[in-house]
Amino acid sequence: MPIPSKDFVSLLQEVGFDFFTGVPDSTLGGVIATLIERRAYIPAVREDEAVGMAAGAYMGGKVPVVLMQNSGLGTSLNALISLNLIYLQPCLLLISWRGHDGNDAPEHLVMGQVMTQQLDLVRIPHRTLAADSVREDVGWAAQVFMKQRVPAALLIKKGVLS
Amino acid sequence: MRPEEGVLTSRSRAIGAVLELLTNELVVVCNGFPSREAYALRDRPENFYMIGSMGIASAIGLGVALAQPSRKVVVLDGDGNVLMGMGTLATVGALKPKNFIHIVYDNEVYGSTGNQPTISQSVRLEQVAKAAGYRNVERVRELDDLVYEARTMLKQDGPSFLLVKVSELAEDVGRVEIEPAAMTRRFREAATGGKTS
Repeated sequence: MPIPSKDFVSLLQEVGFDFFTGVPDSTLGGVIATLIERRAYIPAVREDEAVGMAAGAYMGGKVPVVLMQNSGLGTSLNALISLNLIYLQPCLLLISWRGHDGNDAPEHLVMGQVMTQQLDLVRIPHRTLAADSVREDVGWAAQVFMKQRVPAALLIKKGVLS
Repeated sequence: MRPEEGVLTSRSRAIGAVLELLTNELVVVCNGFPSREAYALRDRPENFYMIGSMGIASAIGLGVALAQPSRKVVVLDGDGNVLMGMGTLATVGALKPKNFIHIVYDNEVYGSTGNQPTISQSVRLEQVAKAAGYRNVERVRELDDLVYEARTMLKQDGPSFLLVKVSELAEDVGRVEIEPAAMTRRFREAATGGKTS
């Protein structure tokens, strides 16, 4: 059973995440619609801009979340490794996993295949969000945030959120 | 050198002139020489110096401004940085944070990598900012005008954009000696008054 986006956003807010920015993907559509409804979403024009805003918000006392399609991981990689990982500026990355099963539009296939290796390579901890372990997955991300002070990525496949 | 423009102020002097006006404003300085010069001129806990991630100084400053709406946030930026992250001018223009002041030192070159030309000689960045929706926009060349406009913008509701034409001269200053993670902690404490988890 997919998790309703409203419940997922409520869970994030309960845990303490309170600054949401990013660039949309269809997989994250429900989450972003909920955030907009709750007046909690700040739209960015590029994913590295969103990562920068989140870093600034963290230093301003917020607990930030950045939403993006996995193509945006490529765009934001330099910010993640030369800002967040060097300065120890954490955020939760909600990354939609386009192309994970090789069955998506052509532009998503390579990134879909190499994304987890890429995250491993730059040492960004990640987990794939699962409908039956959402609370645990979000709790894990919050732990990485608080203890390691680095970005933690939750990878979201199509159909996990409704 | 651009003799047709006469003698321009050095960026270091122009950065120093702004730093002198500050009280408790939070400052984000872009990577490269601007950070090194600001650090050498007047280091303070309210300053955050970027070392990498070129192009996103204004995004970082915007994040701080949105998180701390009661504090003024000043971004000391360069033309290369603004050109690289030009989309952020639009984000600022759309969100219109009142506490956001964007000061761009425009020397028309990538100074930290050997003075290769940028394209800011032909692209008027302050006009881009104006079109994007910044509330106050000014362009200055003289130090007196810089001080006047910066002082005004520090009092006005923003977002404000001040383009400062400066020379290519880079001061012979060392690197920022603060370890990055320590800088995050220091700036975060200065921004929040220590009220964070």
